[in-house]
Amino acid sequence: MAEAQPIVPPLVIPQEREGSRPFVQVLHDWIVTVDHKRLGIMYFSYGILALVIGGIEASIMRAQLAVANNNLVSPEVFNQLFTMHGTTMIFFAAMPIVFGIANYLTPLMIGARDMAFPRLNAWGFWMTAFGGIILYFSFVGGFGLYGAGSAPDVGWFAYAPLTSPAFSVGHSTDYWTIGLLISGFGSIATGLNIMTTVLCMRGPGMKLNRMPMLVWLNSVMAFLILVAIGPLTAAQLMLLIDRFLGGHFFDTQAGGSAVIWMHFFWIFGHPEVYILVLPAFGILSEVIPVFSRKPIFGYNIMVAATVAIGFISLSVWAHHMFTVGMTSYANAFFVASTSAIAVPTGIKIFNWVGTMWGGKITFTTAMLFSVAAVAQMLIAGLTGIMLAAAPFDWQLGNSYFVIAHFHYVILGVIVFGVFSAAYYWYPKVTGRMMSETLGKWHFWLFLIGFHMTFDFMHIPGLLGMPRRIYTYEASRGWQTWNTIVSIGVIFQALAVLIWVFNATKSYFRGKIAGSDPWDAWTLEWSTSSPPPDYNFAELPVVRSRRPLWDLKHPEDPDWKYE
Amino acid sequence: MRSRNCEWHNSTLRNLAKRALLGLFFVTVMGWGATGFALGPSSTPSIFSPDSTPAHDIYHLSLFVMAVCLGIFLVVFSLIVYSIVKYRRKATDDDREPPQIYGSNQVELAWTVIPILIVVVLFLAAARVIHAVEDAEFPPNTIEVTATGHQFWWEFQYPAYSFTTANELHVPVSDGSHPTPTHIILLSADTDHSFWVPQLAGKIDLIPNRRNEMWIDPKVPGHYVGQCAQYCGMQHAKMLLNVFVDTPEDFQKWVQQQKEPATTSDQVAAGRKVFEANACMNCHTITGTISHGRFGPDLTHLMSRTTIASGAAPNTQDNLTLWIKDPDAIKPGCLMPAMQLDEQDVNALVAYLMSLH
Repeated sequence: MAEAQPIVPPLVIPQEREGSRPFVQVLHDWIVTVDHKRLGIMYFSYGILALVIGGIEASIMRAQLAVANNNLVSPEVFNQLFTMHGTTMIFFAAMPIVFGIANYLTPLMIGARDMAFPRLNAWGFWMTAFGGIILYFSFVGGFGLYGAGSAPDVGWFAYAPLTSPAFSVGHSTDYWTIGLLISGFGSIATGLNIMTTVLCMRGPGMKLNRMPMLVWLNSVMAFLILVAIGPLTAAQLMLLIDRFLGGHFFDTQAGGSAVIWMHFFWIFGHPEVYILVLPAFGILSEVIPVFSRKPIFGYNIMVAATVAIGFISLSVWAHHMFTVGMTSYANAFFVASTSAIAVPTGIKIFNWVGTMWGGKITFTTAMLFSVAAVAQMLIAGLTGIMLAAAPFDWQLGNSYFVIAHFHYVILGVIVFGVFSAAYYWYPKVTGRMMSETLGKWHFWLFLIGFHMTFDFMHIPGLLGMPRRIYTYEASRGWQTWNTIVSIGVIFQALAVLIWVFNATKSYFRGKIAGSDPWDAWTLEWSTSSPPPDYNFAELPVVRSRRPLWDLKHPEDPDWKYE
Repeated sequence: MRSRNCEWHNSTLRNLAKRALLGLFFVTVMGWGATGFALGPSSTPSIFSPDSTPAHDIYHLSLFVMAVCLGIFLVVFSLIVYSIVKYRRKATDDDREPPQIYGSNQVELAWTVIPILIVVVLFLAAARVIHAVEDAEFPPNTIEVTATGHQFWWEFQYPAYSFTTANELHVPVSDGSHPTPTHIILLSADTDHSFWVPQLAGKIDLIPNRRNEMWIDPKVPGHYVGQCAQYCGMQHAKMLLNVFVDTPEDFQKWVQQQKEPATTSDQVAAGRKVFEANACMNCHTITGTISHGRFGPDLTHLMSRTTIASGAAPNTQDNLTLWIKDPDAIKPGCLMPAMQLDEQDVNALVAYLMSLH
């Protein structure tokens, strides 16, 4: 099904090969770049680096928990590990990765030459990057330059008053706060940029209701960023005022409120989940149709469901707080709002199945990851329903069941979606195909490892194991489950290594991809691989949701039916 | 071929639905069959072996929610498996594209409305249990306990009996003929904590500057385990909870004992002197003596407890000695300092502590 020639031939502007130029010059080009594609790659690579670091932190934790009463790491180190793991994965792995994908693809998919604000885009990336560096600098400077370093150990949601100067001595919490504050500025910039690009930069004929699903989902993500990062920024500023200027917002010993921090954090924290998962949904909504050879089932309701998820996700935050002693009315309200989000999410799952139904499905690695993500979203959604029933959450909240649930979302859906995207768009980004054989090894090993780890992780939670404990008594009967969970990590690590190897090898040795290796339908496949700096020689005119289908099937174009 | 409406395989759907219902039925029956109220305490604090009304209400809700979720899972998962098996590209397929179907209003409406109905049912089921647990009324003979979370131990006050103890909560059994629930006020002296004994009730947080409450009415006497479930600092992991559910007679006996001031004996006067001459008394209370500290656990009846350091070690002479010499050896990061006493003082001190029955 490979079509080697670009549908719209690119302008031929001779480009020097990077290898022939001095390294310093290449590096300089990357550092000063404002090109959305390069920034996309930088965001993505930065996120993958953080993913590996966060993965190593997780592996050490799993080694510690594999057997009862283990002494591999001290409680102090363990507490730093889970804080850094959570913070790294959410803010410096997942967010940069989805921003990278959005940056790279949004202009290409809507027929634009760049993002609306290229310089702001570069600024956002560097803010995010500096935020991560500041966070990790805590390993050196946590107790100030006079003492030994120490990473923050307050947990990734840093509940007050554990962050107050009385309980968090030294500067580790400050590195955490300032790191997130600064990367938050970067995120807001990116959200603003995606939003503006989608609203103002669409190519000729690209109406809102003709945009690819991924662009729709990214614009809802951008909207959520603009709404949700603000409260986090405010909370971080209040915490800084508390810690440096003698404020008492969260200082319970001076009459402050620990619960206010929770509200601030989670009104950011829950939309954040959707900031991360919506782009993954978008990836599935691009990959599944192409490999089922059918258009997305129910485009309108899919878009409506996305917007609905966006709005409802702003009203569910206190389901993270069912155990803080809210009134029965407040608890009931958040049960209702949280369960309601299952409806649009369910619609999405059903529509992906509807897309595959009656198709001719090819199981490329990208499709395998997407299909697995759909099935895993189903399970994650159902455990979410269980947690949404407040009384059930009184048992399951803060237990390993919750850990398993949200890792199902973050790994099972987001990371699977990202891997799917990596295989699907790799040819577009590099001009070469990734090895399908290694890809299948990657998929199956990762799938086995994922299910070993996160299926079995639910069980200790049901048996009363709380999160964030560095060790446990053998008599509690949690050891067998924890051992299985830990063994699964080995498979996942191996799979990721295979992926990195595959990506590296294919960059030099992979089969030449051509502009449209998957016989796909969205605009990015109409230009060469990798796309030229200006993306499109002439901006393509769009008449339907699948412009390339129309070009390939002039006798039976989509625009006749939409 | 193109159409707005796809042809729906009615028979397949009906079969799937039938199978799902059957599965649901089995799980529900097995769930209820294997339960029972009052299986007794276990060293594995499973949320599926409840022994107290709040835990039991949650347990029943959880069975219902899980049955619904399992039903949904079976239906949707079967649809996913069916579609990827049935509609995979076969070697015999030609290169033609499959029929391009854009959606179906009826089908989409169905899978919007049915989930809404399920959500309404789940909400009602949850709301009922929220109300039953949170808005419960208590009989006049309810036992009142104030639990205060500290880094990293539990303080239990019994205001009606005017005594304080630590780490091991004693409550009376509450049988059907003579219900004596225990109402627990939850406070915190420092950071957030959470009181979680899964067999007795769901967890509720202990938050500084805030008064939370919960209740339990255990049906079977015995020793229930749990632990702090909200990250509270370095030794969150070893902030264990032990709840002893006593028969009414044993409970009264225990209360009488706890109300007594500490026993004094000349044999351990040397140890008592060490205690009162050092910083021990700044943090610990021993009623009937001049020690009134509040930072650490009340030691008046230390030897009536089975463990020390909030469940981190059994309450034995060796462990007490080690604890006084080097608390970090048992619980690294705990707030009890190593007292730097010489051997003779430590032994005298341990002898004194061991006299506190």
